[in-house]
Amino acid sequence: MPTITIAEADVELNDDGFFEVPEQWTEEMVPALALTEGIQELTEDHWTVIRFMRKEYFEKGTGPTVRVLGKTSGVTVKELYKLFPKGPGKVAARMAGIPKPRGCI
Amino acid sequence: MPHNIVILGGGTGGTLTANRLRKHYKSAEATITVVDRDREHVYQPGLLFVPFGLTRAEDLIRPRERQLRKGIEFFENDVDHVDIEGKKVFLQDGPTLPYDVLIVATGARIVPEETEGLTDDGWNETMFTFYDAPGATALAKAYEDFDGGRIVVNVVDMPIKCPVAPLEFCFLTDWYFHERGIRDKVEITYVTPLDAAFTKPRAAKALAGLLEEKGVELVTEFNTGEVDGPGGRLVSFDEREVSFDLAVVIPVHSGAEFVAKSAGLGDSLDFVDTDKSTLQSKAAPEVFAIGDAANLPASKAGSVSHFEGEVLVENVVRFLAGEQLDATFDGHANCFIETGFDKALLIDFNYEQEPVEGHYPTKVGLPLLKESRLNHLGKLMFQWFYWHSLLPGRDIPGIKPDMPVGGKHLD
Repeated sequence: MPTITIAEADVELNDDGFFEVPEQWTEEMVPALALTEGIQELTEDHWTVIRFMRKEYFEKGTGPTVRVLGKTSGVTVKELYKLFPKGPGKVAARMAGIPKPRGCI
Repeated sequence: MPHNIVILGGGTGGTLTANRLRKHYKSAEATITVVDRDREHVYQPGLLFVPFGLTRAEDLIRPRERQLRKGIEFFENDVDHVDIEGKKVFLQDGPTLPYDVLIVATGARIVPEETEGLTDDGWNETMFTFYDAPGATALAKAYEDFDGGRIVVNVVDMPIKCPVAPLEFCFLTDWYFHERGIRDKVEITYVTPLDAAFTKPRAAKALAGLLEEKGVELVTEFNTGEVDGPGGRLVSFDEREVSFDLAVVIPVHSGAEFVAKSAGLGDSLDFVDTDKSTLQSKAAPEVFAIGDAANLPASKAGSVSHFEGEVLVENVVRFLAGEQLDATFDGHANCFIETGFDKALLIDFNYEQEPVEGHYPTKVGLPLLKESRLNHLGKLMFQWFYWHSLLPGRDIPGIKPDMPVGGKHLD
């Protein structure tokens, strides 16, 4: 598993770019993480989604799926895809420093 | 005073639980009441075969009440909501039912109207689902009339009931048009939101191999935002398109509507928040859930309800006796996967163990993750077991709730 340095801290990522240790994440890392996802400008809506993902992860043990995000985060699914064009589920999870949402069995 | 047990839902989980509880408690010890919104018990695994003319929907339906043992009261009524604190079920048009133990077994429902365009022009004309009896029947007619073109089979989002059914549908579509002699005129595409053919890696690999072998194109990570019937196209949220002449769509699923109106009972998709080992709800200790209605990290499948039944009944009995619950449900699921041409695969797995090769339940049993005629016969025979053994709450010899490991090839 690669270790990289983001915002002057070492973090462990898996091969798909998800955090191995969500506790290593800090808010200071988000602008740098956004750039790696091709997101130039972080809006308040991005932060709403990122904070919601972390809250869900720590409460439920997994990040929410896109459908659940659309129902509960206050941001609609269409808006979610505008914010995270490459797919809100995975991209927002990587930016929020949590593992890939399980969502499906 | 007898214990007062109320079961919401008279499908697989509700029926087998009611019957097992009735066997355990004498009538002076417990009253058992089952509530369902209608009287028709559908053998849901059979719906897969309807579009191919292999069975008819009416042959899969039996009266709910007839599947319940004597001494179980049945109410045909819609549940309005559950008052968790007051321990009462409010029906839409009937008496209020107080309970000592409540079991939620109201399953999952399809919500096609949640996907843009799906229930607009073309619904049941060029866009279908086989996940309910009317849909499967309409699709049978459309398949009969289909003489060539592009068929897409699309899973909108997880979770869905029986996650292997859409794949089986692709395999049977390949077989069906072979039999009709026009397979070369039919393109089949499987469009899934997952990043592979299935959720579990080893099974996903085997199933992707079968899709390829049968000439079914696989499109992954497609999150359907719109189904456009008149335009004949699926459109994803990230603006990719897949065109079709006929779409077979597995709509998104939610739990029962009353769950949303029962404060604290469900999650954001209206599935009951449930402990995955004891089947006790997180809302209140006297509330339990079984089957598709529960939000467990397990497949939504009849076999899971079957295996849950034993643990659930044990825990209801323990709860009413003031004893500690048995935390042993392991997420065991067991699914036949029909692959066409009189063959099927079998997969057997649980929360921890993904499906692997080997045999079930022991080394001399049915082959796992491998096509065979024996598995196909197993799938067909299962309907008999369902009505005569599983629903009445009889144990099937050699089949235990815990996932067996004896015949499996584990690394």
